[in-house]
Amino acid sequence: MSKINFLKPDKSNLSTFLYTGSFLFFISVIDVFLNSFFRINLTSFLPSFISFLLPLILGFIGLYFIRIEFSGIKNLDLINKHINTNNFNAILSLFIIFVIIKSTPPILSWFVIDASFAGDSKDICSGSGACWTYIKVWMRRFMYGMYPNAEQWRINLSFVALALLGSVGYFATEKFKKYLTLYYVVIYPFIAFLFIFFFISGGPVFFDFSYGIIAAVISIIVGFFIPSRFKFYYFIFVPITLYIALKYFIFYEELIELGKLDGLNWVETGAWGGLSLTFIISFFCLIFCFPIGMAFALGRRSDFPLIRYISIGFIEFWRGVPLITVLFMSAVMFPMFLPADFFIDKLVRCIIAISLFEAAYVAEVIRGGLQALPRGQYEAAKSLGMGYWKMHIFVILPQALKLVIPGIANTFLALVKDTPLIFVVGLLEIVGMLNLAKTNPEWLGFAMEGYVFAAIIFWIICYAMSKYSYNLEQKYKTER
Amino acid sequence: MNFKLKDIGPQLITVLAVVLVFGFFTYNAQVNMENRGIDFGYGFLSQESSFDVQFSLIEYDGSHSYFRAYLVGLLNTILVSVIGIVIATILGVIVGIARLSPNYLINKFAAFYVEFFRNIPLLLQIFFWYFAALRALPLPQDAEPMFGVSYLTIKGLYVPAFIWQNYNIFFYSVVAAVIAIIVIRTYAKKVQENQGKQTPVLLISIGLILILPLLSFLIGGVRLSFEVPVLKQLATTSFIYEGGVSLPPELIALALSLSLYTATFIAECVRAGIQGVGKGQKEAAASIGLNPNQVLKLVVMPQALRIIIPPTTNQYLNLTKNSSLAAAIAYPDLVLVFAGTALMQTGKAIEIVSITMFTYLTLSISISILMNWYNKKIAIQEK
Repeated sequence: MSKINFLKPDKSNLSTFLYTGSFLFFISVIDVFLNSFFRINLTSFLPSFISFLLPLILGFIGLYFIRIEFSGIKNLDLINKHINTNNFNAILSLFIIFVIIKSTPPILSWFVIDASFAGDSKDICSGSGACWTYIKVWMRRFMYGMYPNAEQWRINLSFVALALLGSVGYFATEKFKKYLTLYYVVIYPFIAFLFIFFFISGGPVFFDFSYGIIAAVISIIVGFFIPSRFKFYYFIFVPITLYIALKYFIFYEELIELGKLDGLNWVETGAWGGLSLTFIISFFCLIFCFPIGMAFALGRRSDFPLIRYISIGFIEFWRGVPLITVLFMSAVMFPMFLPADFFIDKLVRCIIAISLFEAAYVAEVIRGGLQALPRGQYEAAKSLGMGYWKMHIFVILPQALKLVIPGIANTFLALVKDTPLIFVVGLLEIVGMLNLAKTNPEWLGFAMEGYVFAAIIFWIICYAMSKYSYNLEQKYKTER
Repeated sequence: MNFKLKDIGPQLITVLAVVLVFGFFTYNAQVNMENRGIDFGYGFLSQESSFDVQFSLIEYDGSHSYFRAYLVGLLNTILVSVIGIVIATILGVIVGIARLSPNYLINKFAAFYVEFFRNIPLLLQIFFWYFAALRALPLPQDAEPMFGVSYLTIKGLYVPAFIWQNYNIFFYSVVAAVIAIIVIRTYAKKVQENQGKQTPVLLISIGLILILPLLSFLIGGVRLSFEVPVLKQLATTSFIYEGGVSLPPELIALALSLSLYTATFIAECVRAGIQGVGKGQKEAAASIGLNPNQVLKLVVMPQALRIIIPPTTNQYLNLTKNSSLAAAIAYPDLVLVFAGTALMQTGKAIEIVSITMFTYLTLSISISILMNWYNKKIAIQEK
């Protein structure tokens, strides 16, 4: 009887168990710690197998001894509740603690202690650690691709300007808040477009599109004043007519002059690359895929069967194929579908392909939000005499979009993570540049550093986005 | 007059737009192909392909047809998808349950895993495993044997091959065991529903699946031997393993990164599913005297599965589609073999890209039909 009592920890002789248990536990942790940090093996006199397992056994016995329910000591109860509820959990906890201790020294030494930071040639990297010199030397290429060094201020300036313009929402006073949607949906993308395609590219490369954008902006603004009965027809016919009119009749000469900013060299899109290209592609695809996806989500829930089937076909087609084949299509098949003298830049083809692809996913997410809304919302809006567009713009979509913020954020995250795939068409963003740098004969053998560097950058971007979407979700959550 | 302009107009315009766009594309394609002297047709599929593929599940070399090359690519895609799905499911379920563990350390460890692997682009992970991690493996001549018979080297994983005698008898015995288990399970369920008696189904099943194949060895004349990979010197510094089964490093890198990446999403699905079962359900089950295992097996899991399966299906589809990233590390999957090499050789862009896309569409749709069927089967049958 006394033997069983000795082995079963309880409150009556709490301090004995507590001291023995913690002592054993700390012995085991210290053993592993010394072993991995200083390469001292306290138990080297034992056979190697037992010596290896000893910390686990000691720690397990220690944790068993301190597992005393309702001991009255706050910290002990906390430990027992969180890492030491039963034998199985105790072993898992020990295992994780040991893995963390064991893996810290190699990781630390690779990242910091044995790593080389100084200098700008390969000779410095002779140690066993990482060669961050490699990243330092190639930094400009990883950030800007093959963009000429002397011109890189254009990218920096554009991004800073766009970031400042994008943060306007935070400083807007109550008076201007209501115009923010218009600003972000119409004006801001337009400014961004001008910046990127006229300033970064430095010439009338994508010139045709500027007419399209001007036509679209004008027709959207005028569209607010068109009675909702004619809105559909208006949006079908007017933008195209306006585009043709702008392009061929009105001010052709003036825009050509406007397109060429003085003193800026033209940099072809093939030279763009690195992280800046990742941002540019993500940004444009994000802008384009959202309205397209919204249109197809509405189309899929439309009462008109033909529109519904076309939308279903579109969505299911894009969702069924991998992005890489879509990019293949944009690279090798799409030019066949265009008139022989009609040339669309590689980057634009890419942006179109990714936008259409992600639009299908956005459409499904938004459809989920539309379906989740109770019928009463539709009926209430209709009973107020609202037409289809008014009902959706003022009643349905604001609520539906609020519901699907996490889903949309996930789609956008997927979009950012999909951008490296553009290597298929020969555009090199940061991962592509890494692969290029890796094969440079002067810098062979530093693949690991490059990938770790890119992984850290992507991780920060994606993690920040997901946290931001979580905050957004909390902010717009309305209690029902 | 049933037709109103208000109903017909928008549809007519949409259809007209779609037809116009497609017509425009087709017209241009015809003109372009005429100009370049390419003719449209799928006849090339039966021509001799005259290129080789590194890794193939079926017999293939340059003298086979393009269609055979297509099959090789398709089978390789399916192989890596199936491996990925199996590993990702196991890992995902474990991590998903660990995310709900009361143990603080395990919980945080699982959360760290999910947040870490989910937020790094898959392509980057594939590159990392293939170009950085697996390149650090030893050369064939320096490799240490694992369990004495397998070798993990820079040129791939070499494992012993099974050599069967009378394999079909063994196969039939396994099939018989599975059928017997299904019959017994159905019977046990009926017995429980009618009489309330519980049969030890699990024990009987384990016994059957062990004993029947064992019998086939003892009396059926089935023999199993192993072909162990052996190091062979090709040149002074070039070594290779012969015999056994070799898995190329591309396959390992791809399967590893696909499953590690997808497991994070499956883990989140599993977590959401288990959390989605109301607390009241568990409490009600406990209050009628079920033990924790029974609560999990009979009450929580059947309900959780209904929440878990649809998003998990999506993840399986994503994994299958993501396996096309194989092209980046030269694993000979459908995209690399067919939309890559074959397209370069024949120049039949429209045909080949359309076949590739159609294949992926078929794969996705068949997986989703299968999973929808399963989902319908386990859905709540409301009366």
